[in-house]
Amino acid sequence: MFKVLEKDLLAENIYRMVVEAPLVAAKARAGNFVMVRVSDVGERIPLTICDNDAERGTLTLIIQAVGKSTRDLVNIQVGDMVKDVLGPLGSATEIKDVDRVIAVMGGIGVAPMLPLLRAYRKQGAEIVSILGARTKDLLILQDEVQSLSDEIILVTDDGSSGIKGLVTDPLRERLETGETYDLAIAIGPARMMQAACKVTKEYDLPTLVSLNSIMIDGTGMCGGCRVSINGETKFTCVDGPDFDGHAVNFDELVVRQGYYRDEEEHSHRCRSIGGEQV
Amino acid sequence: MTRAQKTRVEMPRRNPKERGADFKEVALGLDPAMAMAEAERCLNCKHKPCVSGCPVQVPIPEFIQLVLAGEFEAADAKIKEKNSLPAICGRVCPQETQCEEVCVLAKRGQPIAIGMLERFVADQASLAKKSKNTEGSSPKGEPKYKERIAVIGSGPAGLTCGADLASYGYGVDIFEALHDTGGVLRYGIPEFRLPKSIVDEEVEYVKSLGVNVITNVAVGLTLDLNEMLRSGEYAAAFIATGAGLPYFLNIPGENLNGVYSANEFLTRANLMKAYLFPEYDTPIKVGKRVAVVGAGNVAMDAARTSLRLGAEEVFIVYRRSREEMPARLEEIENAEEEGIQFMLLTNPARILGDDKFRVRAMDCVRMELGEPDSSGRRRPVEIPGSQFTMEVDTVIVAVGQGANPLLTTRVEGLELNKWGNIATVDESGATSIPGVWAGGDIATGASTVISAMGAGKRAAHAIHEWLTSKRDDS
Ligand SMILES: Cc1cc2nc3c(=O)[nH]c(=O)nc-3n(C[C@H](O)[C@H](O)[C@H](O)COP(=O)(O)OP(=O)(O)OC[C@H]3O[C@@H](n4cnc5c(N)ncnc54)[C@H](O)[C@@H]3O)c2cc1C
Ligand SMILES: Cc1cc2nc3c(=O)[nH]c(=O)nc-3n(C[C@H](O)[C@H](O)[C@H](O)COP(=O)(O)OP(=O)(O)OC[C@H]3O[C@@H](n4cnc5c(N)ncnc54)[C@H](O)[C@@H]3O)c2cc1C
Ligand code: SF4
Ligand code: SF4
Ligand code: FES
Repeated sequence: MFKVLEKDLLAENIYRMVVEAPLVAAKARAGNFVMVRVSDVGERIPLTICDNDAERGTLTLIIQAVGKSTRDLVNIQVGDMVKDVLGPLGSATEIKDVDRVIAVMGGIGVAPMLPLLRAYRKQGAEIVSILGARTKDLLILQDEVQSLSDEIILVTDDGSSGIKGLVTDPLRERLETGETYDLAIAIGPARMMQAACKVTKEYDLPTLVSLNSIMIDGTGMCGGCRVSINGETKFTCVDGPDFDGHAVNFDELVVRQGYYRDEEEHSHRCRSIGGEQV
Repeated sequence: MTRAQKTRVEMPRRNPKERGADFKEVALGLDPAMAMAEAERCLNCKHKPCVSGCPVQVPIPEFIQLVLAGEFEAADAKIKEKNSLPAICGRVCPQETQCEEVCVLAKRGQPIAIGMLERFVADQASLAKKSKNTEGSSPKGEPKYKERIAVIGSGPAGLTCGADLASYGYGVDIFEALHDTGGVLRYGIPEFRLPKSIVDEEVEYVKSLGVNVITNVAVGLTLDLNEMLRSGEYAAAFIATGAGLPYFLNIPGENLNGVYSANEFLTRANLMKAYLFPEYDTPIKVGKRVAVVGAGNVAMDAARTSLRLGAEEVFIVYRRSREEMPARLEEIENAEEEGIQFMLLTNPARILGDDKFRVRAMDCVRMELGEPDSSGRRRPVEIPGSQFTMEVDTVIVAVGQGANPLLTTRVEGLELNKWGNIATVDESGATSIPGVWAGGDIATGASTVISAMGAGKRAAHAIHEWLTSKRDDS
């Protein structure tokens, strides 16, 4: 059992939770994630380790409540327990010796980006961050990103904050005007990462992405998380979740993510009906 | 009364129609009269050929004589001298190629039903224990020795090794990466063949010996094995991480939605209890027509699970012939009775999808058996021009598993063989790292429950001897 020590609401349906998991906290590195199971009947779901405090023995998770499992998780009160936390899983990100990084993040993708920004910052790289969301109220962790970047560009779909448009707009603009970078990192919804990779490909800019396949065990045992990287099958949970974005088959990733959509809706419906009766 | 005239007892089983619709156990078990009648057939052979067929040398004639005498609990204790998990082995051992194959009565096709008797004895003992309500029995005292031992993996190899080490007098921690214990017994073998309450009971028994079980720890990731030993926290370790890496066919279309590895399919169903969705949160999808590729125990389990999840037609697609099918005989018979269809000498070539990236069909070719290959089995070769397409909406790949690389790729100094299994240097499973033993599927490649247990026992014994000699030296 793993105790929840802190919980804050960052934006609508997006929470920051600090969970006690000393063994994981002692070993976690940028790019790692945990598998979490809320209760005895729960699913195992993957969540990025956004920060870890080895001394305090804690992990920081940023959770967007999109379905049954994430909602159950954010409903746990401070002081109560999460049933299972396993980690740190996945291959830690290899932090390259580069000078200039452009980081593109959308929605909840800010969460897995933070440890990478921290690592590149520490290593002395100059960082330009493009932070996007649907609307102003959904922009999260802006201060954290700001403090880790030399420049931050905000983008919203509706123009309620920063530039009106998509994160790929300022990305393209920067590259078009001849600014050079050694590395791009794009993390967010699959379609956003795909679009960012399309732009960076035109400029031959190496691009790292973090994939969010559906997972079951998270330890390489089931192959459910498989993705095609340069036509070769890889397991996201052990070979990733970070990959060379130009090698990823995003169309396949997107359809595979959607395979259980009907069941997910069913799960919400059944539970919410049950919930009302209680 | 001449014993040889009697025929072998038949296991009562639920009727195929009824059992194919739920996940309750298929085999019902013997009653005392049946068990005693079967025990009466045993010749109590002096040279005990049956014992040599059992990887852990269960004292077979001795326990059978106790059954005959109606002393079921004593029979259980007798088996447990060698086998701490008889309720499981009685159910899942491939007896026809082990103990029963070498029973003297096998020549006439009527070997003693050793597995059924073993299961009967264990179930009787469990009932007796429950009625006595020994729940909350006295907690184990301090272990006799101060050395602690780390066991990695809670499958049959790890559980057995842990139990034996605790009995020798050591403090034992079993680390398990998943949230629950048992390894394949939990996530692979389905409820209808091995009820999870039995796995729970056996794990409780191991714990009652003083073994500490810690879930949610992946050694290699959560903890570093060399650090655990170097710090002196553990005096020795036993690695039993199993053959958890699913193989795929490497044919086009394998990443379509609707293609599962058997591991994923069975893990969803068993470990995550997806067959009880939405009571449990994990979903599973099975279509109307399912092709399971392979013909081992894993394939039979996936096929029969598909049927129980509502598939209308389920096919086993296997490139060799019936004779080469590696599954236990009993499970092949059960599958056939339940209506699983066997497409033998058939090899998949390609999986076809629809515009939504979902499986709609599978291209196959027919095979014939050619010259024997290195394994001694006749090699299947393609019949030219025999391609055909079968319409299916789900494909489950059950063509074997490789060594689980989670730990082995993260322990410095641990030597592996060319298949990625841990290289062991002797019978007991010693590895290239002093103080570290390995056994079960991670050392041998995918094998059986009972051989994994045998490896756990041998390693426990070797660890005890090694630590004893170290203590004597100092
Ligand atoms: C390596 C990794 C790291 C992740 N890190 C985080 C994180 O730090 N914070 C966070 O909030 N989420 C993270 N996710 C996504 C998170 O695991 C899913 O949101 C969660 O499993 C959804 O479960 P649910 O039951 O709440 O929703 P469901 O009911 O299962 O799904 C709700 C909706 O989300 C979609 N969905 C389900 N699983 C995924 C997925 N893996 N990726 C994208 N969409 C999905 C479904 O298709 C559906 O539309 C991560 C995923 C991976 C693979
Ligand atoms: C579906 C199926 C059906 C089968 N049917 C039969 C049958 O009828 N009869 C029979 O005799 N055999 C059968 N087998 C084979 C048998 O189950 C295996 O040979 C046996 O379970 C191997 O035992 P093990 O202890 O070596 O490993 P496993 O049972 O595989 O257990 C290994 C455990 O180690 C854990 N682990 C892995 N890595 C780590 C790590 N780094 N840290 C911590 N823990 C870790 C795993 O999560 C797992 O729980 C079947 C196998 C399958 C898959
Ligand atoms: S453990 Fe298995 S092989 Fe040994 S006697 Fe029992 S059923 Fe036979
Ligand atoms: S070989 Fe067969 S008949 Fe002889 S003792 Fe063993 S089980 Fe009994
Ligand atoms: S989640 Fe099972 S192999 Fe990656």
